[in-house]
Amino acid sequence: MTIFERSKPGRKGYELPAYDVPDSGCNVPEHLLRKDPPMLPEVSEVDVVRHYTNLALKNYSVDRGFYPLGSCTMKYNPKINEDMAMLFTQLHPFQPRETIEGAVQLMGHLKELLCEITGTDDMTLQPAAGAHGELTGLLIARAYFEDIGELEKRKKVIVPDSAHGTNPASAAMAGFEVIEIKSGPDGCVDLEELKKHLDDTVAVIMLTNPNTLGLFEKDILTIAKMAHDVGALLYYDGANLNAIMGRTRPGDMGFDIVHLNLHKTFSTPHGMGGPGSGPIGVKARLAPYLPVPVVRKSGEKYELDYNLPKSIGMVRTFYGNFLVLVKAYTYILTMGGKGLKHVSDMAVLNANYLRVKLSKTFKIAYDRICMHEFVIDNEEFAKKTGVKTLDIAKRLLDYGLHAPTIYFPLIVHEAMMIEPTETESKQTLDTFVEAMERIAKEAQENPQLVKGAPYTTPVRRLDDVSATKYPVFRFKR
Amino acid sequence: MHRYIPHTEEEIKEMLQEIGVGSIDDLFIDVPKTIDGYNIPDGKDEFTVRKLVEELARKNKTFEPEFVFLGAGIYYHYIPTVVKHLAANPNFVTAYTPYQAEVSQGTLQMLFEYQTMMCELTGMEVANSSMYDGASSFAESLLMATRITGKYKMLVARTINPEYRTVARTYTKPIGIKIEELGYTELGTVNLDELKAKLDDETAAVAVAYPNFFGFIEDLKAIRSLIPQNVVFIVVAEPVSLALLEAPGKFGADIVIGEGQSLGVTPNLGGPGIGFFTTLEKHVRKMPGRLIGQTKDLEGKIGYVMILQTREQHIRREKATSNICSNQAYIALINAIYLSVMGPQGLREVAYRSYNNAHYLAKKLEEAGFAKIFSGEFFNEFVVRVPDDYRNRWHEMAKNGILGPIPIDRVYKELGPSALVCATEVNTKESMDKLVEVMKK
Repeated sequence: MTIFERSKPGRKGYELPAYDVPDSGCNVPEHLLRKDPPMLPEVSEVDVVRHYTNLALKNYSVDRGFYPLGSCTMKYNPKINEDMAMLFTQLHPFQPRETIEGAVQLMGHLKELLCEITGTDDMTLQPAAGAHGELTGLLIARAYFEDIGELEKRKKVIVPDSAHGTNPASAAMAGFEVIEIKSGPDGCVDLEELKKHLDDTVAVIMLTNPNTLGLFEKDILTIAKMAHDVGALLYYDGANLNAIMGRTRPGDMGFDIVHLNLHKTFSTPHGMGGPGSGPIGVKARLAPYLPVPVVRKSGEKYELDYNLPKSIGMVRTFYGNFLVLVKAYTYILTMGGKGLKHVSDMAVLNANYLRVKLSKTFKIAYDRICMHEFVIDNEEFAKKTGVKTLDIAKRLLDYGLHAPTIYFPLIVHEAMMIEPTETESKQTLDTFVEAMERIAKEAQENPQLVKGAPYTTPVRRLDDVSATKYPVFRFKR
Repeated sequence: MHRYIPHTEEEIKEMLQEIGVGSIDDLFIDVPKTIDGYNIPDGKDEFTVRKLVEELARKNKTFEPEFVFLGAGIYYHYIPTVVKHLAANPNFVTAYTPYQAEVSQGTLQMLFEYQTMMCELTGMEVANSSMYDGASSFAESLLMATRITGKYKMLVARTINPEYRTVARTYTKPIGIKIEELGYTELGTVNLDELKAKLDDETAAVAVAYPNFFGFIEDLKAIRSLIPQNVVFIVVAEPVSLALLEAPGKFGADIVIGEGQSLGVTPNLGGPGIGFFTTLEKHVRKMPGRLIGQTKDLEGKIGYVMILQTREQHIRREKATSNICSNQAYIALINAIYLSVMGPQGLREVAYRSYNNAHYLAKKLEEAGFAKIFSGEFFNEFVVRVPDDYRNRWHEMAKNGILGPIPIDRVYKELGPSALVCATEVNTKESMDKLVEVMKK
């Protein structure tokens, strides 16, 4: 039932204090005054409580169980992060600078920590999400080339066909032409293919490393050199940073612009789709183009620097998703340098353990040592059994597990992309393997059973096709 | 061992054996080792972390809500306790984007209801399930106007939040959008003669704010009557005001966007907030962001799914209507809970009290010698003339627990010494009288 159907005219869930301000009368011209009240719910407080509590029960979450969505890094979100963010909720972004000393210090410390983690020299914390960071990074690249007089000729951004969809979309928004290059047979960037497209018309190469197949781009130092030799910049998509912490840094590999997903690697929860946070770190020569304000140390104090004449401007209001920054900061203090390395070690261990266990039943797309995630290729499985990746995913829901990412990356047909993260125990991984093996068996013995899944969820399989063909955008009486 | 990472030494050994490697390092053979750990101190126990962060929090000054007279896009409103409690449910907080609809009906139904509520407030037909903030919504509305019209000239009122205009310039410059500003009159609202003069065949959109940055209520009817139907009419609206003011949809708006922070979200130093984004069905395929729609499951039961994803980046890649992926869904939840609790009547009372408080305060300030700069009709904010040294006094007031009206003459230089005064339902007669007294000194 929707909240609108619970509604009864005249019922209410709020109470305002007694009001003793004299009525000044309303002078708004008649035609600008609202005639019909908006159809908002009229419900009591307990109605509201039950409605949203019941909705919450219809959600799967990390706190309920295993959530192996590839490329999404659904790790456990420590509770202290939430509490610490709550300490900063009452600040107005325009209150005088001297009254937000602690907040500015926090942003300053956090920036230094994230620069250390990424191997970059300066950073903006402003972008609200990964894709927002991508746009910011590409606008920085654009401003840089404009400044050195090369924007006219450098119109291209190269992205591999395995890249996240946000990469090409962000490049297009930043006014670049997108060149998609095919991955090599080993799942990595094909150097010959790259060479074909790489010249001084290229502004940026965007890479994820490890890439979306969970494989480390082992030729990265060569790729960086190739990019820099033609004067292009190398952009790091940080979605997969969880695999390499404490061992290597994007900046050290030659990346010039690096984005982070604080809601992934740094455990600030994803909140059903956001708020995220996508800080962008850059090498020193790109620092003048960062969006304002930039938090910088000046003497012993941190200051908000608005004086960047070459800045791209602002990409959102104020300081970004500040409370998300507090959560990431709390997490880094909790884990420390060694803890972050342990995170990556265990994330990679878990992924490889799952890969090996599942390889006995399923075809792994690139069956070699992987990083924090890997991809199953169900093409043959589907041909043989008629059971597609989508069906397996839906059947997993019946086993009380969330499904992995499916049909991504696009270069693997019937793909299933699995990222266990470091916070899952061996027992949990074994349970997942058992469920996958049982489904494989079901697919052979009784494919209709799998194709009809799920059976135990709040709703059965939903009709996406007619939902888009005859869209219902809102509740109507 | 770490409290968030469950592996025992024994298990690590077993797992390495299963994989067939001798050590963890063997899993990183492809990775060039450029560092040996980070130059970051070791991790700390929870007690110590708490103390460190609390110490930083103490270095900030927070204000009693009734002594906040600063708005300018972020507003203090009373937030019923139930909002925080319901929103803290971990099944909302720790869920991901609803990629598996059957186990995400909580998220999906909530967003569908949120979309409905935003349509109701704005008088529009479709709402997306959120953007980053008011500024990014505004920027994306201009990009959308270009997609609709194929034209690149935007007429943007100077009375739209200056930060929104700044962000919009950042977003729109690469694709060649030209933004021309529209000035304002002594009423504090957009100059209609200038609008008439600047409108031409190249114009993609006209954008105004309602109420605008100065708090003044634009006459949307008069503005729309000057704009040809094929020019996109964008309204940046303050959502609380829409319980009192006629919905922009009633005046022929094509896109209504804004910042949703005032609907139950704490100020959060400006983030997270939420950008809302609404439009008409005829424009929906040009719209950025994620949409949730109603459908049925195979047994005919009503359910909700993400729809029209063929516009989105994960399918359309560089041809997508926008690059947005993660949005502000959790804040949409807070908006939805707040609007459910307040209902139409509660929200109207909040809006009317904000309006009335601002008008009471304006009168008192005027009596105390702070003249209103504009003479039009305003909602919960207005601009007053202040002495040359007001900025110092503003800092002084903050020291004494009053977050006073913000000086705006650095951004609107043409106004001379001036401050933007804000009142909402949280201010009391007592706190407003006190402000007047303190400002007089």
